[in-house]
Amino acid sequence: MKISASMTADFGDLWHNLADLTVSGLTQGSIYALIALGYTLVYGVLQLINFAHSEVFLVGTYSSIILWGWFGFSSGAGAVPALGTVIVMLLLGTLMASAVSGGTALLIERIAYRPLRRKNAPRLIFLITAIGASVAISELVGVLTERKPWGVPALVRPSVQWHIDPRDIGLDIQPVDITNLQIGIVLVTIVMWYALDTFLNKTKFGLGIRSVAQDEDTAALMGVNKDRVIMLTFLLGGLAAGVAAVLYNLKIGTITFNIGFLLGIKAFTAAVLGGIGNLRGALLGGLALGLVENWGAGMFGNSWMNVVAFVVLVIVLMFRPTGLLGESLGRARA
Amino acid sequence: MKVVDKLRAADERRVQFNQGIRGRWASLPKPARIAGAVAGIVLLFALPNLNIPFIRTDSIAGGTSFGFVLSSIAIYVLVAIGLNVVIGLAGLLDLGYIGFYAVGAYTVAIFGSPNSIVATEYPWLVCIPIAIALTMVSGVILGTPTLRLRGDYLAIVTLGFGEIIRIIAVNSAVTNGQRGIAAIPGPPGTWPAGSEFEGTPLFGPVDARPYYWLTLVLIVAVVLGVRQLERSRVGRSWLAVREDEDAASLMGVQAFKFKLWAFAIGAAIGGLSGALFASRQAYINSNSFNLLLSVMFVAAVVLGGQGNMFGVTIGTVLAFYLPERFREFQEHRDLVFGLALIVIMVLRPQGLFPSRRRAKELADRKQEAKEAMAGG
Amino acid sequence: MRRTLVRTLTGVAVAAVLIGTAACAPSDKSGDNDAASGTCTYKIAMMGPITGDNAGLGKPILQAVQLAVEQHKAKNADKCVELVQSDDKGTEDAAPGLAQQLVADQKVLGVVGPAFSGPTSASGDIFQAGNLPIISASATRPDLADRGWTVFHRTLGNDASQGPAVAKFIKDSLKATKVFVIDDKSDYGTGLAEQATAGLGSAVIGSESIQQKQTDFSAVVAKVKTAAPDAIFFAGYYAEGGPLAAQLKSAGVDAQFIGPDGIKDQGFITGAADAAEGSIITCPCIPAEKATGTFAADYKAKFGEEAGTYAAEAFDAANVFLAGVTSGVTDRAKMLEFITAYDQPGVSKHIKFDDKGEIDKSVIVIWTYDVKGGAIVAREPIQ
Repeated sequence: MKISASMTADFGDLWHNLADLTVSGLTQGSIYALIALGYTLVYGVLQLINFAHSEVFLVGTYSSIILWGWFGFSSGAGAVPALGTVIVMLLLGTLMASAVSGGTALLIERIAYRPLRRKNAPRLIFLITAIGASVAISELVGVLTERKPWGVPALVRPSVQWHIDPRDIGLDIQPVDITNLQIGIVLVTIVMWYALDTFLNKTKFGLGIRSVAQDEDTAALMGVNKDRVIMLTFLLGGLAAGVAAVLYNLKIGTITFNIGFLLGIKAFTAAVLGGIGNLRGALLGGLALGLVENWGAGMFGNSWMNVVAFVVLVIVLMFRPTGLLGESLGRARA
Repeated sequence: MKVVDKLRAADERRVQFNQGIRGRWASLPKPARIAGAVAGIVLLFALPNLNIPFIRTDSIAGGTSFGFVLSSIAIYVLVAIGLNVVIGLAGLLDLGYIGFYAVGAYTVAIFGSPNSIVATEYPWLVCIPIAIALTMVSGVILGTPTLRLRGDYLAIVTLGFGEIIRIIAVNSAVTNGQRGIAAIPGPPGTWPAGSEFEGTPLFGPVDARPYYWLTLVLIVAVVLGVRQLERSRVGRSWLAVREDEDAASLMGVQAFKFKLWAFAIGAAIGGLSGALFASRQAYINSNSFNLLLSVMFVAAVVLGGQGNMFGVTIGTVLAFYLPERFREFQEHRDLVFGLALIVIMVLRPQGLFPSRRRAKELADRKQEAKEAMAGG
Repeated sequence: MRRTLVRTLTGVAVAAVLIGTAACAPSDKSGDNDAASGTCTYKIAMMGPITGDNAGLGKPILQAVQLAVEQHKAKNADKCVELVQSDDKGTEDAAPGLAQQLVADQKVLGVVGPAFSGPTSASGDIFQAGNLPIISASATRPDLADRGWTVFHRTLGNDASQGPAVAKFIKDSLKATKVFVIDDKSDYGTGLAEQATAGLGSAVIGSESIQQKQTDFSAVVAKVKTAAPDAIFFAGYYAEGGPLAAQLKSAGVDAQFIGPDGIKDQGFITGAADAAEGSIITCPCIPAEKATGTFAADYKAKFGEEAGTYAAEAFDAANVFLAGVTSGVTDRAKMLEFITAYDQPGVSKHIKFDDKGEIDKSVIVIWTYDVKGGAIVAREPIQ
């Protein structure tokens, strides 16, 4: 079905590949969800779109590769190591990525946002500074890496764990092989989300964050140290981004200095889609966006994939700015 | 923090200096001010022909033609003035302004070029009004659903729209994607007898100076128009909406209608500059309309001092002239740009040359913050 | 920072006051970057991405031209030629301004470049209006020759030769019967994909487009997997080609991956990791070791690395201009005549231009390369 001279909607294509696209969508969506956690937390507490969060993610990807390099693992270096080594390397890599991402997030908060908070600057200024931080960090990485791509060591060899063939039940859908990596990504995301959710709802620190998000002056009156809470918020977002960074590395296999921007926009879209300021929303939004994107790509062709994502963003913001799950720590409508 | 304090002190001196100049300028009798403005404009017109040593971008090896750089800067200044109407005057954060620029450019390309999908080739003078009209319509289409959103959300939605337009430009057969559209016409005219390029088309490929002069004329016209708007009822409504939308609506200001007007006017100016860009380049493809350019426009406007057309102009000139002049640092240009954004926003959020009103608004907010901290 | 700003602004104001006395000529400080202080009468320019994201593709061309200029200077000290580097970053925006500048400088007799097709498209009219001959060593879009530019030439085969050659290679040498074609929507990719598809005819079982800067290709991979081709032809650049090949492999797609000169870069191998092994690359560029004469050795001696993609073609292009200067050409019109009449062997092929500025089809060779052991190794040319 032709929508315009260049855009055709091919339901047949989408249907044939539905299983495969769904699995890819969930996997990709998990990564969006993890990054979205950072956006949603910061927005919930500060009503600030942390444009630089995409670069917080970026430095995580590079730092984990650097760490693996220290242990002698580099891209294309032959055989996959033993399972035990792989697990250790993944853990260390995640620790490194989370530490660097978290640290970068804190740094950005300290240098770029805190002085503006002191001055009670209008939203626009925060946004410009955030953009400046985003551009500065990605360009710095670009300069340091001479804008050449970096390969990721092949620590996890995708091996098929699960073969699903819908044709067995009579549907004309191509079979899909689900790999250990894909399962791992979705599982880690859910675990990470659950951990953050528990932290936010069941610990004292989480209580502090929620109180500042709800009403910062009252929270201050009740003895909550606003600056510490904000730092913690950024740190948590950075940790989630670090985990996402390692997963992304394993999935895609190569990184360059400018991967942050598009991922960041999509992750923010996911956060908004699910309900900004809402952790559950971030997870749901991420998965939903991943699915919609991949289905859209199946239907309209890969070229229009990003348009689908942006159109979703625009439609959600226009008709339901509070997102799918509605509940939010901040407010969307003026 | 000593360095920061020193910078602040230096900046205070500069502000005093500026305000001194501004004060003296304002106190001059009107004829003197007009004469001064005219002299300044004459200087700008003469600029590409002057051989001021340090400034010319073609004085370095592998440099760009100075007339070309000036025409680029002029086009971008026009963009900035349009964006200033949206951001500075109406207080709407638009991160996808490049979309209007692109619509203007592609309209001229599609309607004017023999290579495009539209079979008839319209003369340039017809294409320009079509471009402006189409851009205004797209501004209204974009604005109607989105202007009810709060600041940050508006920013992201406009960002999304800008990207959607870019992706359509890349993928669509009408815009011919990255292969682009060539043979875009320019304004009519030939070089007069006795000049260097006598007999050849005035707005031809070899020399961009006529485009520069044309754009300057348009800038002056637009600036005068916007200033009239600023001082009219429309401008005061924008001011009210910008400062406090709820209070404004309580006072009977139809916020939505005026915001939409701002969007449409800003879009029209953006479309006009896009059209000029397309004519000068004579060939456009989707690569010219990327997001970073949109961000740079916003940054130039905010850096220069939003709400203040002079500041906005200076911001744009700096943002686009310096990388051309100092080509050897182009490798690091975006890095420096990002850092500059952070530094200037943190140290001086009102921009380099803020309108006095804007500076007051920010000072008020700072005062509020201080009181809140002292009291709470 | 702000003090400098204030000072610069004040400086401008002061200079404006001194208009009358500032009648000096624009300082002609066009310093040549390799030779001694610019006292040469003539210049040639190299236009391409010297900095920016695509600098890797511009570097071999620049260096080859530098080599040619230097060798020329050694033999013809009195008719020395200076090199002007015009960095367009591979973008269409910067190209016209640089072109206008080169055209305005009457000492510039020729331009090697622009390196990319987009900037060529944007600046061709300007060069034509200024009658400044250009010889590109790497711009392969076929329709550039049809724009009516008498000044346009190129020392390599365009996509209209590479496309059909690739199709022939895939059908005859690889004997693939099911081919999936992927392009990246770029100027270069779309054109090449079209040509290849036309040549492959019914062998093409599916096609898709990706976007530049895309990193996750799951949707495309799903389609390719369903189609189950023997061979995949990717018309695009290494930045996307690398991850695409990697993701195809890890999804279990077992097809021969073929790409054009856009992926002929170490970046492809880095990006694809072990999926790169066994890929085939086609290119209208000659492998350095097959170039005649001492070119490869000289290049290595001067720059310490192997001659990169299109270096040999750029060397030939530069030498056409330099031969013109040696033979006594003193202005652009004469240079154009010289180029039209030029008929000499070069290091990459025999250089003779037809009336559209293209190289004679009979000497155009499309080479193929294997990715073996982490390096790009030449194999036989396509007949």
